[in-house]
Amino acid sequence: MGAVANSDIKTGKPNLEVFSSTLQQLAAGDRNVVVVTSDSRGSAKLVPFAQRYPKQLVEIGIAEQNLVGVAAGLASAGKKAFAVSPACFLTARALEQIKNDVAYSDNPVKLIGISAGVSYGALGSTHHSLHDFAVLRAINNLIVAAPADNYETAEAITQAAALSKPVYLRFGKKNMPDLNCPDEFEFGKGRIIKPGNDIAFVATGETVYPALLAANALESTYNISASVISMHTIKPLDIALIESIASTCRAIVTVEEHSIHGGLGEACASLLMQGGFRLRFRIVGIPDEYTVTGSQADIFNHYGISENGLRETALKLLKV
Amino acid sequence: MVMTTDLAKRSIDYRRKILKYIFAAGAGHTGGSLSCVDILNVLYNRVLNVGPGNFKSSDRDRFIQSKGHTVEALYVVLADRGFFPEEDLSTLCKYQSHYIGHPTKKVNGIEQNTGALGHGLPIAVGNAIAAKMDEKQYRVFTLLGDGELPEGSNWEAALTAAHYNLDNLCAIIDYNKLQISGTTKEVCNTWPIDSKFESFGWAVKHVDGHDFNDLMKTFDALPFTSGKPNLIIAHTIKGRGISFMENQLAWHHGVPDAKQFELAMQELDDQDKKIKLAS
Repeated sequence: MGAVANSDIKTGKPNLEVFSSTLQQLAAGDRNVVVVTSDSRGSAKLVPFAQRYPKQLVEIGIAEQNLVGVAAGLASAGKKAFAVSPACFLTARALEQIKNDVAYSDNPVKLIGISAGVSYGALGSTHHSLHDFAVLRAINNLIVAAPADNYETAEAITQAAALSKPVYLRFGKKNMPDLNCPDEFEFGKGRIIKPGNDIAFVATGETVYPALLAANALESTYNISASVISMHTIKPLDIALIESIASTCRAIVTVEEHSIHGGLGEACASLLMQGGFRLRFRIVGIPDEYTVTGSQADIFNHYGISENGLRETALKLLKV
Repeated sequence: MVMTTDLAKRSIDYRRKILKYIFAAGAGHTGGSLSCVDILNVLYNRVLNVGPGNFKSSDRDRFIQSKGHTVEALYVVLADRGFFPEEDLSTLCKYQSHYIGHPTKKVNGIEQNTGALGHGLPIAVGNAIAAKMDEKQYRVFTLLGDGELPEGSNWEAALTAAHYNLDNLCAIIDYNKLQISGTTKEVCNTWPIDSKFESFGWAVKHVDGHDFNDLMKTFDALPFTSGKPNLIIAHTIKGRGISFMENQLAWHHGVPDAKQFELAMQELDDQDKKIKLAS
């Protein structure tokens, strides 16, 4: 029943590197593909891009409002503009430019939030983006997504480039395992990484992998059939898939590298409540407190975004 | 000296219409619309290579109104240039109208949705970089209010414009020296604007923003210096053209009552007669 045994999960690259290599492939065939950076080419793994396509890179320096405004101007003049900056700065400092110059003006900028969530770990809360889903979900005309593995990242970048709509993508810098899922990537359609009918983990971005480990453990140790969904697109949410799992499973656990407020969990809760579903439900994310200090792994472990933590949350929820 | 009678007549007509539609809507940014309308007049009737016929062309000149709140001036000029029927403006600020109190792309002829301040210049910089990348000859113009200069995004964009040698970019400051709370000097003194921009790497010229010859001569001189972005500081009068509105803070978004509207129309009729006598 399990799609992938833990031992079969292959280690992949950081999604950030896949972003960079995918962008180079796109730039090779299309001189309108333009990257706009805020002194972020190193942290975004874009040095090779800058070397190969210097005329397709616009360096802004550390000025995120201008980064997004300029990207909007490039996009309105026909460029496939990728505005790249750490997610924490991109979605907070330049929020008004995202709201007005990109989404409201319908300039199809691709906003790329790198080192998202708590990827920067011990650098602290200034460098964490735990608010981005919440604020961006409330902005009309913007796709918001967090690819989980290398495949999802490559597809998200390629499909975003082809869309004449604004898109926000965020990912981290950790090596991400291949989730080995045959479902094709499409914005707004969750991927069923592992089927199951007792409990479902609806996870996004880098939290899908620990959810998969927990689901495998529940199945092998407790004989609990646990499903794992990569809900890469936070908006528009895959309503049909969530309603479908709510109809088959007794419990849902949402998992995200984001505040428990305003993200994937609350989006699912709202959907389920208004859809008349009654089932056991937990939101796992970063609680509303000063975030514990440490590496991304430390923070994940502390807040139960881990194989053990998610397994325990599931067992409690199912009252096993 | 180039004949500018036609421009002068147009500006009087634009001022009539600005006041007419603001009066009808019961809302609008009267003072700033009257201060920038002569600049828009010269831009759309003498300078910009843009009209309803080529608005979809990638070679058109771009104009972005960063001071979005004085959209009434832009609406009447765009209507006069044939981008949309003037009677559309009777829906100004009405339920479900596209003609709202700030520019949006729902209105034919408008390049960008603006209204929040400090947004026009970065977008214009993006347009100008794209033109350079594509080796296109179009130019990019943006109109800023002097009150929006404290927005930091302007200065971020000013750096980028000079860094990329955007001599195809022209920013115009409607320097009317008043903003909602008082004079720009009292609220946040940005003067000297010229030497600030010059030190950022821009070429700067001053112009009388109500003198058509001066405006045309200055626009004709673009680019002022090869390889430098251009700034025109247009010295203007808030409320220009209506004696009791000129330099009066209350007319930032003051709306005339029926009597004031009638007086204003009378003043504009008198100005019109003087031009006819002179020509």
